Amino acid sequence: MQISYRETFLTILKRDLLIALRHRDDIVNPLLFFVIVVSLFPLGIGPASNTLMKIAPGVIWVAALLSTLLSLERLFKNDHSDGSLEQMLLSPCPTFILVLAKITAHWLITGLPLIIIAPFLGVLLNLHQESYVALMLTLLLGTPVLSLLGAIGVALTVGLKKGGVLLSLLVLPLYIPVLIFATSAIDAASMNLPYNGQLAIIAALFFGSLTLAPFAVGSALKVSTN
Amino acid sequence: MWKWLHPYANPEISYHFSGKLIPWFSIISGLLLVIGMTIGLAFSPADYQQGDSVRIFYLHVPAAMLSMGIYLGMAIAAVSALVWQLKLAETSIAALAPIGATFTAIALFTGAAWGKPMWGTWWIWDARLTSELILLFLYLGVIALQNAFEDKSLGGKAASVLALVGVINLPIIHYSVEWWNTLHQGATVSKFEKPSMSTDMFIPFIISLFGFAFLVASLVCVRFRAEIIARNSMRPWVKALVNGENK
Repeated sequence: MQISYRETFLTILKRDLLIALRHRDDIVNPLLFFVIVVSLFPLGIGPASNTLMKIAPGVIWVAALLSTLLSLERLFKNDHSDGSLEQMLLSPCPTFILVLAKITAHWLITGLPLIIIAPFLGVLLNLHQESYVALMLTLLLGTPVLSLLGAIGVALTVGLKKGGVLLSLLVLPLYIPVLIFATSAIDAASMNLPYNGQLAIIAALFFGSLTLAPFAVGSALKVSTN
Repeated sequence: MWKWLHPYANPEISYHFSGKLIPWFSIISGLLLVIGMTIGLAFSPADYQQGDSVRIFYLHVPAAMLSMGIYLGMAIAAVSALVWQLKLAETSIAALAPIGATFTAIALFTGAAWGKPMWGTWWIWDARLTSELILLFLYLGVIALQNAFEDKSLGGKAASVLALVGVINLPIIHYSVEWWNTLHQGATVSKFEKPSMSTDMFIPFIISLFGFAFLVASLVCVRFRAEIIARNSMRPWVKALVNGENK
């Protein structure tokens, strides 16, 4: 029986969301980690509001990178260990659709809550009044890129026993461009300068990785499942 | 051309062929490096602005160019490993990655040594320096991923995917001095225009660039042979080689 690509996409998306809702700590833990890392900085650097205002965009973004990294493992790990990943790869539907559905689910579970909670952390860090819109826009365009690029790293390391540290080594260098442009957009916004340019580059990164990353993930998964 | 290249997909033939290349590459590289470095370090004129410290240029720029060139070679090997399933292409990625990482480290280190007298600082978070640092991280990631797999051929495939993903960094490094107006000086040597430096500085630079390129070639051949032996250790021809029967 042949089912359409849209149905396949929705089925896998629903399945992954359902699994995540059954294991709520998978959603909550990276979020808690995000909040705790951000709250460490005022303690470590000192609570002077001028300093905090200056470092706020970078701190929020670095914390977002780290908490995404923490949540990446569950993208393929469980499916790989119970064998369902192999079955999905064997199914007639293209790997592209399958991978895209799983990444979308991952972003809905980890990226979206991050975006919702970020403005509150901005308040804690005394973020500049004008920067909030820029912060939300960069996170909205940037966190999908983190999920897409991270998926490549997870797919490469899923077959390994101790892939955790290796994963961060592989994925963090790829995250650097997003980090640079996102923080520079927020900085520009705080000085009332236009930040369309930086946003356009992040959008380009988003569409580029949206079209190319699923192919890389697919071939990486074929290597990992052998 | 395919007919001509075809026999070199065989590890045994490639092993012996690269063995024959090593002495040639080493001799050429030694000669060029001695000539280039002597002229460059002792006889070429000092820069009117930067004085004698400009001489580190003869090491810094070739290292930086080769660090990117080696990555490009690795990416091309990665394409052929993934598309045509060439085992030897995976082997050559394993041979190239540590050498590329070393040259990236040399470029970063000599850049820091050059930056100290010129800019008054060892390190600055400038676009080109940062992107070169990312290149080093990418190399280290490829090496680490390769070593993480028990099965060498699986590790080679995984590393080729990663090498291909990281190739996006190369244009960023190359154009970083044009896109961002930062501290690092613009390109001195351009392919299509007359170089913006005097000829008696340009000639030793070109000589040492080719000297380093041949050095890379001979080192890659050595590592390539070692990798072939490591991956084919169960084959009869390797056993014969070890027992001294062959040649």
